[in-house]
Amino acid sequence: MLKMIVCIKQVPMVSELNWDPRTGTLKRDLAEGMMNPACHHALEAALRLKELHGGHITAITMGPPMAEEVLREALAIGADRCILLTDKRMAGADTFMTSFILARAIEKECPDFDIVLCGCHTSDSETAQVGPQLTEELKIPGAAYVEWLELKENVLRMKRLSDNFLETLEMDLPGLVTVTTSHYQPRYVPLAGLQDAYDKCDIITLDADDLKLKIAGIKDSPTRILKVYSPDSEKKNIEMKGPAKKIVEELLDKFGRKIGGEIQKDLKAYGQEQ
Amino acid sequence: MKQTAQDIWVFGDYRNYFQTRVTLQLLSRAGDLAVKTGSAVCAVVFGHNLDEYVKEYIAHGAHKVYVIEHSSLKKYSMENYVWLMERLAKEYKPDIILVGATSFGREFAPRLAKLLGTGLTADCVGLDINEQGILVQTAPAFGGNLLAEIITPERRPQMATVRPGTFQEIPHDYERKGQVIKIPLPKDLPKERLRLVHYQRKPHRGQRIEDAGVVVCGGRGMGGKNRFKKLFDLARLLGGEVGATRPVVYANWTDPELLVGQAGKHINPNVLFSFGVSGAIQHTAAIRDAGLIIAVNKNPNATMMKKADVAIVADANQLCMALIKELKKRIRS
Ligand SMILES: Cc1cc2nc3c(=O)[nH]c(=O)nc-3n(C[C@H](O)[C@H](O)[C@H](O)COP(=O)(O)OP(=O)(O)OC[C@H]3O[C@@H](n4cnc5c(N)ncnc54)[C@H](O)[C@@H]3O)c2cc1C
Ligand SMILES: Nc1ncnc2c1ncn2[C@@H]1O[C@H](COP(=O)(O)O)[C@@H](O)[C@H]1O
Repeated sequence: MLKMIVCIKQVPMVSELNWDPRTGTLKRDLAEGMMNPACHHALEAALRLKELHGGHITAITMGPPMAEEVLREALAIGADRCILLTDKRMAGADTFMTSFILARAIEKECPDFDIVLCGCHTSDSETAQVGPQLTEELKIPGAAYVEWLELKENVLRMKRLSDNFLETLEMDLPGLVTVTTSHYQPRYVPLAGLQDAYDKCDIITLDADDLKLKIAGIKDSPTRILKVYSPDSEKKNIEMKGPAKKIVEELLDKFGRKIGGEIQKDLKAYGQEQ
Repeated sequence: MKQTAQDIWVFGDYRNYFQTRVTLQLLSRAGDLAVKTGSAVCAVVFGHNLDEYVKEYIAHGAHKVYVIEHSSLKKYSMENYVWLMERLAKEYKPDIILVGATSFGREFAPRLAKLLGTGLTADCVGLDINEQGILVQTAPAFGGNLLAEIITPERRPQMATVRPGTFQEIPHDYERKGQVIKIPLPKDLPKERLRLVHYQRKPHRGQRIEDAGVVVCGGRGMGGKNRFKKLFDLARLLGGEVGATRPVVYANWTDPELLVGQAGKHINPNVLFSFGVSGAIQHTAAIRDAGLIIAVNKNPNATMMKKADVAIVADANQLCMALIKELKKRIRS
């Protein structure tokens, strides 16, 4: 049976978030969470493989206790088993630590996996690093930014757009892919399914001790956040109104050089030269 | 060995050389940093028939170029390149490794960082050296509404990826001298587990919206399919590409390929025009790397107007037409 693992992260739904200026970390408990879109697509890719070949899907997330919500959602859509990694000692982990912890959990709970699917990136941290790093942690082949997957025997065939190249790749399983949001449009979450998901199945909750890890998320992370600040003040926020022709002239007089950058033409110059 | 311990390395990402100049942009920034640390700027490049690129890297400021050249490296290979770079980095111990955030670089860098046991900051918009000689990496954080300064205090090398267009390349100068260090292909290079079965250059319409320097984005406020089409005329005049919001794609005014947002493409143009877009977070999350933002909306209080450098209160369609007309005049002059 095809054993799949989907790594899912809960991300904040809104962009205006509170963060702790002292540690530079996010106060996640204040933000309403949703399933990271790319993870949702990765789950969808897993579901389609399952429909074709049969199989078993384990959804796994590391996060605060409330991250359980995205696991329930995954169950409602069709995941078979869920693992929640939650521990204060995991908080503040950077991608290096996150991939380390995820790998240890995978090795403990489902060492005989065939495919690990991740989202290509998250909408909150957006590093796109956890998938590739997990590949190295698990010492398996992997490909990032995969748009399409097909399984034949034990070989996974993948298509992706890498820079300007359309690539078709193959690897023997087990392997890891990170999935983009371009192809596997997630299915609708049935409300009834969501209800059932709350009754149906227990979520396996693990902490650092269960994984036999002696860790401290912030301290063990190679990177350190020095400070966080809002760049928004940089926006000039000039308002223009009036007749269209006048606005357009004003716009190009002010920003013509920048706007014409791509065609190497200073669009400001006109008028003065005449 | 001692002398190389402080070097700053730039990964030589030469695929799409003419579109993606990020390696040269990084060499330029590395040069600024090297002045502060007293280090050498090195490019590291793998492949086959690389002379041309090696020359270019030196002309653009590399003091040294490490080269591994072999016919078996003809194709870009993630596994081979990561393996070789790990080997070299462990031997020569650079202080900093910079990688361009191309599709390749964004996968290459995290894998390399993991193997080297070090930190990595993605998509830096600023790089500097502080008084302790540590690389300060400025990167968007928490959905991009904030910037964070990140360091790797203890582990080495310090690693960062940088999107194309973030830094300016220095003009080439073929008089510049640099040292070329050719390294033979290690005999124990493992067999690739990921096999490239087929590849082809994308038959692309000019350029991809992700790489475009100018993007003209249209939303429901454009009012209809035919009116939306005018945006293509505007984009063409500016050497740019067109993007769309979800309602536009759902209404079939244009291709799903052009969707900008969480469900679509992330873009980072130098100039973004936004016509009749309300500015929902699912859309704006994907445009936060845009430089100058010019929004046109009849509602001055639309979120998009607050996110803009220039907020134009007008009818999107009329303004688009007026802009096309004025641009045609100025381009001809
Ligand atoms: C899970 C999820 C994922 C999503 N992903 C994406 C995504 O990837 N990309 C995306 O774009 N959306 C996405 N959305 C949808 C998003 O929430 C918004 O609904 C969408 O971005 C709004 O598009 P719009 O600005 O074109 O339309 P509207 O919100 O309807 O705004 C139209 C704007 O045009 C202005 N306007 C109207 N008439 C004129 C006129 N004549 N002249 C000038 N201005 C005018 C109005 O004032 C208004 O501000 C997603 C939503 C969800 C739930
Ligand atoms: N805390 C987490 N728990 C589970 N999966 C994660 C977590 N963080 C990242 N991932 C996975 O890694 C992908 C890329 O995340 P990122 O590197 O943060 O952009 C996500 O789409 C997930 O599949």
